[in-house]
Amino acid sequence: MKAFAYERARTPAEAAAAVAREPGAKFIAGGTNLLDLMKLDIETPTHLVDVNGIGLDEIGKAEEGGLRIGALVRNTDLAADKTVRRDYPVLSRALLSGASGQLRNRATTAGNLLQRTRCPYFYDTDQACNKRLPGSGCAALGGFSRHNAIVGVSDACIATHPSDMAVAMRVLDAIVETVDPQGNTRAIPIADLHRLPGETPHIEHTLKAGELITAVTLPKPVGGRQIYRKVRDRASYAFALVSVAAIVQRDGSGRIAMGGVAHKPWRVDAADAALPQGASAVASALLSGARTTHDNAFKKPLAERTIAAVLVEAGRPA
Amino acid sequence: MDKDPNDTTPQGPLETRVSRRKVLIAGTVSAAAGALPAVATLAGEATAPTEARAVVMSKVNLEVNGAARSLDLDTRTTLLDALREHLRLTGTKKGCDHGQCGACTVIVDGRRINSCLTLAVMHEGSRVTTIEGLGTPERLHPMQAAFVKHDGYQCGYCTPGQICSAVAMLDEVKAGIPSHVTADLTSRSKLSAVEVRERMSGNICRCGAYSNILDAIDEVAGGLA
Repeated sequence: MKAFAYERARTPAEAAAAVAREPGAKFIAGGTNLLDLMKLDIETPTHLVDVNGIGLDEIGKAEEGGLRIGALVRNTDLAADKTVRRDYPVLSRALLSGASGQLRNRATTAGNLLQRTRCPYFYDTDQACNKRLPGSGCAALGGFSRHNAIVGVSDACIATHPSDMAVAMRVLDAIVETVDPQGNTRAIPIADLHRLPGETPHIEHTLKAGELITAVTLPKPVGGRQIYRKVRDRASYAFALVSVAAIVQRDGSGRIAMGGVAHKPWRVDAADAALPQGASAVASALLSGARTTHDNAFKKPLAERTIAAVLVEAGRPA
Repeated sequence: MDKDPNDTTPQGPLETRVSRRKVLIAGTVSAAAGALPAVATLAGEATAPTEARAVVMSKVNLEVNGAARSLDLDTRTTLLDALREHLRLTGTKKGCDHGQCGACTVIVDGRRINSCLTLAVMHEGSRVTTIEGLGTPERLHPMQAAFVKHDGYQCGYCTPGQICSAVAMLDEVKAGIPSHVTADLTSRSKLSAVEVRERMSGNICRCGAYSNILDAIDEVAGGLA
């Protein structure tokens, strides 16, 4: 690990200003992803600003019947929150399907959103990776790509976003609130937070330097059957091969998003509209334009079958 | 450094004590050095010279197993390394050092965490409980006694992490925290073998002592559903 300076921020604005002031500075919250990457010299911050003492660790009411989740609420606490369990169960289910008890006790809401890919070539510093070293190429294309993305990919990168929580937040139309180093706040629809890889896979989100996530707000509850189904190599403590977050209403209408298939939580309007028509139509819409490799072509039929299983669980025809 | 009452490691000046581990490390370094020149040339051509950065030290105060501890640490020091290398509490084990195995599990402010994936300086004022703080050889914690009784280990390397994790896991169940396998999110989960297996999935046992670990936790929990 490279040496770094360390400071504890006391307020969100102070934290944002501190990161903006120091080139190479980063926020650290739970640290469960950042420290992992620092030990491998994949992340090499010169300065860490600890945001664990700035508050933002509560869940409360938002305007118009919604829910406001502080950026530093731990994954365990968010999953266990009574309101989330009752009104947004897809979010609890997604959180509980991710990581381990120990990791969920440290990992935060904002940190979970901003975690990096687990592509094996991003992690292996002896391999080409445009995300880790822009311009070096993508060793995953033509490499071991079983876990990699099949939609929204580019010639530069086929990495996935590994979060389960973010997939549920995408289907719930969450809003990400931030504060910048000048103290300005803004609200970003979660659909606009993460970027597709394109030619610049090292730029993963739309936040500016020093911009700090302060909260995630959920609109008022939409009811329906809420399901998060994750398919993985082990029964527990493994990243998704594919996952499906769905909210299905009595009349068969609803919303659907997928994880494990793209560089960001994947949701397509046409797939929401196709829900009453069944899994085949939904999968066609979600995976339109998919580009698979030899290793991950299985994700297309697996996605359709997982969607079918979710529809059946929701009491609908597959 | 003050002698920690929980410390069971051999005492003596570090510089003069040649441990088995130090000998092993020295051997590894000299073996690697023989193969180094070719590798170094390749790396030198392909990458920029490593930038030198000054070590930054920072003070942190912790309460470890009930005792106040004050440390002046390289900011890079993980909580795990602070416990093992600075406080000589070597009961907590370093397995993968990347949050994948759970051997480093300790209880911080009542919650089980991977001590390898957190910096010591991030825990100013925290209460840390390690395996040495749960019980003593004379007065074992019930979970320690149950692991002995049910033979919940083979090599024993993952055991301190398993035990710390199991103790805090039962508290999580008491606090009503659900799990991936909890059938109904709106009611309290009953502790079953399936629940325990899911909740303990962050602790890997390479010897595969899982069924006996489950028996030990079952006994402390007062019977699984």
